[in-house]
Amino acid sequence: MLTIENLHAEVDGPNGKKPILKGLSLTVNAGEVHAIMGPNGAGKSTLAYVLGGRPGYAITQGSVTFNGQDLLALEPHERAAAGLFLGFQYPVEIPGVSNVQFLRESLNAQRKARGEESLSGGEFLKLARDRAGLLKMDMEMLKRPVNVGFSGGEKKRAEMVQMGILDPQFAVLDETDSGLDIDALRVVGEGINAIMRAPGKAVLLITHYQRLLEVVKPDVVHVLAAGRIVKSGGPELALELEEQGYEAVA
Amino acid sequence: MNAVATLPTTHDEDWRYADPAALAALAPTALEAWQEQVLAPGERRAKALVLDAGQAGLHRVRLTVGKDARAELFALITAPEYTRLEVEVTLAEGAHFEFGGVTLGGGANVQEFVTRVVHAEPNATSNQTVRAVQWGHATGNFLGRIEVVKHAQKTDAAQNFRAILLEKGAAANTKPELEIFADDVKCAHGAAIGAMDEQAAFYMASRGLPPEVARKLLVRAFIADAFVEIAEEAERETMLERAVAALGEAAL
Repeated sequence: MLTIENLHAEVDGPNGKKPILKGLSLTVNAGEVHAIMGPNGAGKSTLAYVLGGRPGYAITQGSVTFNGQDLLALEPHERAAAGLFLGFQYPVEIPGVSNVQFLRESLNAQRKARGEESLSGGEFLKLARDRAGLLKMDMEMLKRPVNVGFSGGEKKRAEMVQMGILDPQFAVLDETDSGLDIDALRVVGEGINAIMRAPGKAVLLITHYQRLLEVVKPDVVHVLAAGRIVKSGGPELALELEEQGYEAVA
Repeated sequence: MNAVATLPTTHDEDWRYADPAALAALAPTALEAWQEQVLAPGERRAKALVLDAGQAGLHRVRLTVGKDARAELFALITAPEYTRLEVEVTLAEGAHFEFGGVTLGGGANVQEFVTRVVHAEPNATSNQTVRAVQWGHATGNFLGRIEVVKHAQKTDAAQNFRAILLEKGAAANTKPELEIFADDVKCAHGAAIGAMDEQAAFYMASRGLPPEVARKLLVRAFIADAFVEIAEEAERETMLERAVAALGEAAL
C-alpha cells in the first residue's frame, strides 16, 4: 500500500537547510498497523509532514509510492483525496470556521476529486453524529469553530472524529496519544481500531509510548533514529524499548 | 476660484495613502457631492453598500444621528479602481453608530475607508470594524477619526482594524486618530496586519480542501466580523457571498 524507499529530506531552518531523513525505507501493506518509535529529534514528525506534503520540506532523494502512485508528485489536498490522512501532533485552530462546515467541505472536495457524488447536509450530519459518537464526543463541539477552545485531549479526539468522517485508506498518526489521559487514550485507541482496522486500510502510528500500542496492537514496530529505520520487529520490540530504552535496543 | 487648487494631494493627512493618479483625475465636483442623511430622534436606519466595478471612485456620506437613534452602515469595496468611502457622523445624546467595512482586491489598486465620528453629546456610542483582504500590489486603508467634545461624557467608542495580505507586495494602512476632550469616556482601538495563516492552510489542505476553497473559507471567516451586526441574515449572507465571489476572481 505504502512504500518508502531511501527517503532523504531536509527542512528549512534558521541556519539554512537541515537534513532530517537520511535514507529511510519502509513498506506498509494493506491490513497492517505499523508503529514508529524513536527518540526526540529522530525525524518522526518530519516523516509525517513529508508524507502529508507540508511546505518547507525538500525531498533530496528517494521515493514514496502509495497504491502505485507517486505520492510526492501530489499536492497535499490531492494526497487526501487519494486516501491519505494525517493526524496532527498539534491540531490547528481555525477561528470562524465550524467543524461541521470544514469537514463537510473537505469530504465533498475529496469526493468530487474522486468523481463521487457530494453528501447532502442531512447525510453529512448523520455521518458526523455517528463518528462523534464513536469517539464519545458531544455533537455540539462539532458545531464550534475547528479546535478553538478545545483542550489538548479534545483536539486529539476531534482529529479522530475527522478521520472517521473522512474515512481514509491510510492514516499517519503523529503522536495522537500525547496529551490524553488514560480514559481518553482508550477511547481514541478503540476509535482507531474501529475506523482503520480493515482489510483495505493501514496505519502508521508515531508514538513515544507503549500504552497506546496496548489498545491499537501493531503488526510491526520500527525504531527510527537519526533519520533512518534502525530496527524493525514485532510488538515485542515496543515492550523491549519501554523496558530498556532506545540506546540499549537500537 | 481655481477649482484645481482645491483638489487634495497625498500630502494631505486624510489622503496620504490614496492613489495620487486617481486624485489628480478627480472631478472637483465629486468633493462636494456629499450624500446627506438625517436620522430623527429614536430612528433606526441601516444600509449595506457594495462598491464594485460599477461604483469605483469617491463616495461621501454625512450622517446626522438624532437623540437615541441608531445608524448602521456596512460597506464592501471590491472595485478594481481607486475607491474611497468617506463617512462623517455626528452623534446626538445616546445615539449609536455602527460601521462595518471590508476592502477586498488585487492589482495595483487602492481601496479605503475614511471615517470621522463626532460624539457631540453625552452617552453616545460608536463601533467600527474594518477588515482588509488584499493581494497583488493592492492597498487597503482605514483612517478613522473619533472626536469627543468636552461635554460628551460617557462616550463609548471602539475601532478595530485587521488586514490579511494574501501575497507579498500587497499593503494595508491604518491610522486611528482620537481627539478626546471629555474626561469620562471609553475609546478603544486595535489593529493587526498579517499574512494568511500557513499552518491553517496546510491543515485544511491535509483534509482535502484545494487551496482556493480553503482560502475562501478562511477569508469568509476573517471578514465576517465586519458584517456580524447586519440584522438580516439574508443580507449578511449576500455581503459575504459577494466578497467571496470577488475573491474567486483573484488570480493567486
